[in-house]
Amino acid sequence: MIDYWSMLFVLALATFIGLGVIRRVSRLLYTPLMSLTNAISAIAVVGSIVVAGADYPGTIRILGAVALFASMTNIVSGFLITDRMLKMFKKQ
Amino acid sequence: MTYAIAQLAAVLATALFIFSLHWMNDPKTARRGVVAGVTGMSIAVAATWIQPEIVHHGWIVLAIVAGFIVGVPLSRVPLTAVPQRTALSHAFGGFAAGVVGTAEYFLGAGDNPAQLTAFRMSAIVAEVILGFLTFTGSLMAAGKLQEVKWIPQRPVTYPGQNVVNVGVLVIAVALGVLVVVHPTAAWSGQVFSAIVGLAVLFGVLLIIPIGGADMPTVISILNSYAGLSAVAMGFVLNNKLLVTAGALDGSSGLILSIIMCRAMNRSFTNVLFGAFGTVQKTAALGAEKVWKQETVEGAAQLLEQASHVVVVPGYGMAVAQAQHKVRELYDQLTKRGVRVQFAIHPVAGRMPGHMNVLLAEADIPYTALVEMEEINPEMQQCDVALVIGANDVVNPAARYAKGSPIYGMPIIDADKAKTVLAIKRSKNPGFAGIDNELYVQDNTWMLFGDAKAVIGELVKQLAGGGLH
Repeated sequence: MIDYWSMLFVLALATFIGLGVIRRVSRLLYTPLMSLTNAISAIAVVGSIVVAGADYPGTIRILGAVALFASMTNIVSGFLITDRMLKMFKKQ
Repeated sequence: MTYAIAQLAAVLATALFIFSLHWMNDPKTARRGVVAGVTGMSIAVAATWIQPEIVHHGWIVLAIVAGFIVGVPLSRVPLTAVPQRTALSHAFGGFAAGVVGTAEYFLGAGDNPAQLTAFRMSAIVAEVILGFLTFTGSLMAAGKLQEVKWIPQRPVTYPGQNVVNVGVLVIAVALGVLVVVHPTAAWSGQVFSAIVGLAVLFGVLLIIPIGGADMPTVISILNSYAGLSAVAMGFVLNNKLLVTAGALDGSSGLILSIIMCRAMNRSFTNVLFGAFGTVQKTAALGAEKVWKQETVEGAAQLLEQASHVVVVPGYGMAVAQAQHKVRELYDQLTKRGVRVQFAIHPVAGRMPGHMNVLLAEADIPYTALVEMEEINPEMQQCDVALVIGANDVVNPAARYAKGSPIYGMPIIDADKAKTVLAIKRSKNPGFAGIDNELYVQDNTWMLFGDAKAVIGELVKQLAGGGLH
């Protein structure tokens, strides 16, 4: 039995931390922030790895691989473009 | 043992993700944030992959390789196309969540009905609805931003639109309740597929009535939906790391949506159900005022003699690809001891923060980029406000013209500067120009022409030293 109450607990705490941290993000960096959070939320990739790699029926694993591809694209392009944009912000 | 590794990795990855976002509070430390994010991600992926339940590796490798092949070019798009790329990545995120939810449902329905408890089924339904509506909604938004031909740019509205939209969502949720109660009935699979179909449809219907001006808000809202679908996926897969990362993404989208809505003086419901841009009202100007045109030479002189110049850039500047010329102008003026600042409206550009990135690309130091709230009190002391391709965000009608679509929207007080120079493409008085009384103010001088060409001329004047 999954302990859903502790999951809700985690969700509430993470949301508060998220709101606190994001509120302090520099306004200059909202565009890179969005691509960064995008890449981070592609952590969904860990779910797709399980669905694609566990001993499940073939069709299920194909769905997993498709989702894995989508998340991986977000991870790769998200982190790369965030860094590319941040490099451009120079003080002088 | 591997279980402990996985849990430890999840804690470590969570901490790294929080640091990653924390470091975004200053451009000096921001790149460290990317390193932290990549490290956290790698740790989490590796710890998942070594779990004993992962027995097939071929497709994982294939999907990861394919992700690199598509992801690398997507990260190299021109910066004007970053909003589309962002919308597209929300679409991918929503799609991944929706597909995993679908897989988990059919897996449970086929092999292990006991797994489909009411709580887990609710999470699956939430994941699938949120995931697929984010998928198609973001694809539509990306299409509109990219100006794909077969997606109408203008808001598409029809009578009873909101009733239809809400109706589709209500039916999807009602069917969701039905499969939560009867997860394994003979017809449950079909009902589940119908939910997927309705969510896909709802995403399209939701974005069709939304116009270009609302894109910064819409992208932010879709961002938080993408985060929420990741949270739902975490509940389905019993994965706290997913819940945490999804919550971080969701709260980021939420905060950005609130900031964007405030910057346009609109509410969420108004953006999603208000069909902005359909109310095209031409604000009547009291007197028949005409603009005064200035020559490039005169404008260059004005700028040179100023001690404080505030540039107000709009998306038009980026469309004209004028930012590099603007940088040259900035160099010429700062060389002469003129203090040059850039006033950035929160919704300038096509997504939150877009204008800052476009100017940073042109090597304009970020210390010269100033937020609206900071620059407005200074505008009265400003000698020249140079408006480049901005319109709504400097329109004084926003302060008083009730009934105007921009009424109540906070604006940059360009009109309060001692002199206003506005670069505008067209002389035609019948178009948007005349709506903006800033252009016919006593202290405003117009420069007509393509922004890039006009600024190029200004730079030439200043560099040539012909004014001395």
